[in-house]
Amino acid sequence: MTDRRLVTHLLRRLTFGPTAAEVDAAVRAGYDATLERLLTPAALPQPPDLGAQPAPGDSRAERQAVRKQQREQLATLVRWWLGRMVADRTAAEKLTFFWHGHWATSAQKVRSAHLMLGQQQTFRRYGTGPTGPLVRAMLRDPALILWLDGQKNTRKAPNENLSREVMELFTLGVGAYSEDDVKAGARALTGWQVDRATGRARLVARRHDSQAVELLGGTVGDLDSYADLIVRQEAHLPFVVGRLWARYGGPGPAPAVTGRDTTALLKAICTTPGFAATAGTLVKQPVEWLIGAVRQLGLEPDGAEPILRALGQMPLRPPSVGGWPEGAAWLTTSSTLTRLRAGQKLAARADVDGLTGSDRTQALATLLAVDSWSDRTHAALTATKDPRRLLALGLASPEYAVH
Amino acid sequence: MDTITRRRFLVASGVTAAAAATTLGVREILATAGDRDTAAKTLVLVTLYGGNDGLNTVIPYADPAYATARPDFAYQPEELLDLGEGEALNPGLPGLHKLFGEGRLAVVRGVGYPKPNRSHFRSMDIWQTAQPSRPGTTGWLGRWLDSVGGDPRLAISFEPVLPPLLAGATSAGATVPGGDLKLPAGVTPGLLAGIGAPVAGESPALARAAACFADLGRVRDLIASAPLDDEDDAETPATATGGAAPPLDQQLALVARCVEANVATRVYSVSLGGFDLHADGKDAQRTLLAKLDKALAAFATRMTGKGVVVAVYSEFGRRVRANASDGTDHGTASPMFLLGDGIEGGLHGESPSLTDLDDGDLKFTTDFRDVYAMLLSDVLGADPGQVLDGWRGRMDLAG
Repeated sequence: MTDRRLVTHLLRRLTFGPTAAEVDAAVRAGYDATLERLLTPAALPQPPDLGAQPAPGDSRAERQAVRKQQREQLATLVRWWLGRMVADRTAAEKLTFFWHGHWATSAQKVRSAHLMLGQQQTFRRYGTGPTGPLVRAMLRDPALILWLDGQKNTRKAPNENLSREVMELFTLGVGAYSEDDVKAGARALTGWQVDRATGRARLVARRHDSQAVELLGGTVGDLDSYADLIVRQEAHLPFVVGRLWARYGGPGPAPAVTGRDTTALLKAICTTPGFAATAGTLVKQPVEWLIGAVRQLGLEPDGAEPILRALGQMPLRPPSVGGWPEGAAWLTTSSTLTRLRAGQKLAARADVDGLTGSDRTQALATLLAVDSWSDRTHAALTATKDPRRLLALGLASPEYAVH
Repeated sequence: MDTITRRRFLVASGVTAAAAATTLGVREILATAGDRDTAAKTLVLVTLYGGNDGLNTVIPYADPAYATARPDFAYQPEELLDLGEGEALNPGLPGLHKLFGEGRLAVVRGVGYPKPNRSHFRSMDIWQTAQPSRPGTTGWLGRWLDSVGGDPRLAISFEPVLPPLLAGATSAGATVPGGDLKLPAGVTPGLLAGIGAPVAGESPALARAAACFADLGRVRDLIASAPLDDEDDAETPATATGGAAPPLDQQLALVARCVEANVATRVYSVSLGGFDLHADGKDAQRTLLAKLDKALAAFATRMTGKGVVVAVYSEFGRRVRANASDGTDHGTASPMFLLGDGIEGGLHGESPSLTDLDDGDLKFTTDFRDVYAMLLSDVLGADPGQVLDGWRGRMDLAG
C-alpha cells in the first residue's frame, strides 16, 4: 500500500471524510505526525445558543408551544453539531459521534436539547481519556438517567433498566455479569433524580439505598465506586476495544491492543499491523457518508436532515438504547436509491469545474478520497459525460459507500 | 459481522447480518411463482410501532368510565362507527367498519400478556419473540421458518431492515426493500446493472454495496406500477428496527402482487410507525388509523378468496386515563384485528374492565400467544407448541 493510500485510510477512519487538500497535507506530514495531530485533544467548542429551556406549560396551548420550542431547539442543536462535524479537521467530532451511538440516548424521550447537549459535552470532555471518569460522568448524566428510567429507580422500587444497560451495552458486554449483578447495580444507583427545571441530576437521600451491595466480586456503596468497579473488570477493556475496532478498524475480531485511555487505544488501533488491510471493509454510516460528502464538496450541511432521515440515521435519535445498526444493515436497495437521489442534490450545489476533462474519473476519485474505482464503476463513470451526474454517481457508488 | 452479540435485538445487528445476506429483489421472489401448494394460506402480519392506543381504536363508548377517564379524547356519538355491544371503531376506520359489517373483520379484545412491560423495546421484543417472561434472540415467525427448513423466501419483509420477528435460530426471513423506487434522472437500469456487476476479490462490504445496485435494477420494474409518494417525506416515522419503512399501502401492494403470482412466500411482515402519541394524540392517531384503514381495506378486497389472513397488533395499548398533555402514556392490553379468508368476523374475547385496573392499566383477557397459536395452526399449518415453547392455549375463530 502506498503512503498516500495509507494516510488516506487513516483520515477516512478517524475523521468524517478528508478533502483532497487534507490528504495532500497529511501525505506531506507523514503517517505518524498526522495521527498525532488528529488525536491531539481539542478545546471544548463554544456551545450553540439554544435559548432558555422552556418552562412547563399549564394549558393545552402552552404545552403545545413548549413541544414546538423543544423541537426547534433540538433542530438547532442537530444543525450545530452537523456544522461542527463538517468544520472539524481532527478526530474529535467523529469520536463524539461514536460515543453518542455507544451510549445511545434519544431525544425522542429526553425531549431537551439542553440535556442532549450536556451529554454531548460530556463525551467531548471525557471521551478521549480513561473510561473511568467517562462512566462516572455518564451514570449521573441527566439525559441518560431520563432515557433509562433512572428517575424511577428508588430504594423502595429499584428499576434495573439503567444498571442492566450500563453493563450489557456500555461497559462489559453480555456474559460478563449476572442477573444478581444487575439487581445489585440498580440498588447502588437508586435515588439519582433529574430536576427538569434546573437540568441537573442529584442524589435524593430518601430515595437512595445507602447499604453497600456486593456485585462483580466487589462491594460498592455509591455511584462512583460502582463505576470504578465496572471499569476494573477484566471484560471492560476488551469490550471497549471491540467496539472501537468495529467502527475504526474492521469487521473481524479486534486485535489485542492495550492503552490507558481511549486516545491511546485509538492510536494503538491505527498502528496495529492489521489496520492497513482493513481499508474498504467497513460500511460508512449514513452520517459518515453525508458529512464526508459535504466536506469534500466544500458545502454547508444544509438540507442534511431529510437525507439522514431517509437513510435511517438522525443524530440525537438512535432507534434504541442499542444504538444504530452497523455494517451491511445499511446496504439496501432503498438506501442505494436514496444515495443516488441525495448525490444529485449535493452535486447540484457543488463546483464541478474540475470534473470535465479527460481525466475526470481520476479527478473524481481524488475529490472523494476514493483509492480507485473498480472496473465496473469506472465503466459507468466513463459513460457519464455530464459532470454533475458524474459527481452524483460517484457519491452513490459502491466504492464511496465503504471505507 | 459485529463483534459483540447482544442479549436482545435492541440493535438489529445480529439479525441484520443474516438479513443482509438474504436481501432479495422482488423478481427473485416472483421467480418462485407456482412453487407452492395452492391450498396453502398466507399470513400477513401488520406491526404498528409505537404503541397504538387501543381504547381509541375500538372505543367502549357506552361505558361511562370511558368519558370520565378521557374527557378531551371522546368522539361525538355521530362520528363513531358502531360495532355493537356498546363499542365502536375510531372514525378513521370506515373501510374496516365496512369489512366488519360483512362479517370479515374479527376484533379480538383485550389482548396482552402477563406482567406487562411498558418499554417500547422490551414490549416489542416480547411480542416479536412471543416470550414474555424472558425474550430470547429468535422471533416467533423465525422459529416457524426454522421448523419448515429455513428458506428465506418463505418469510419476507418490505422494510429496509429485517424485523426481529423473522429471525430464527438457524435461518432468517428476507428483506425485500420496496418503497419508492422511481429512479433519479439519468439513472438507467443498464447503469445499475453495470455498477452492480461483481468484481473478484473485493471486500464483502464492497460486494454488498455493489449488489444493491443490481437489486435496485431488478426491483424497479415492479415498483414503477405502484403509486409513488413525494420523496423526502419528512413525516415518515422510523420503525423500531432502525429504518424508515415505505408507506404501508406500498408494502401491501407488493404483498398483493406476490400473492397474485402465487409465490412460495407464506409470511409477510409489514409495518406502520408513529403511534407513540404521548401528547396531542387524538387527531394524530385518527390520521394514522386512516392510513392503516385505506391500505388494509384495499388489500383485503384485492385478496378476497386467495387464502390470505391479516393480523394487526402493536406492542402495547395506552393507559386508560389521558395524561396532562392530551396524550396517553404506555399501557398494556389492546385489541388485535384479524381479517381474511377463514376468519369469522365479529367481536371476540372479553373487553377489559375500565374500572378494575392494574395500576391504571387494563388487565388483559386474551394472551397474545393464543392468537399466534391459532395463526400458526390454521394459517400456516404448523404445530404451535413447537414454535411457542410448548404453549397450549389457542384462540378459535376460524370459520
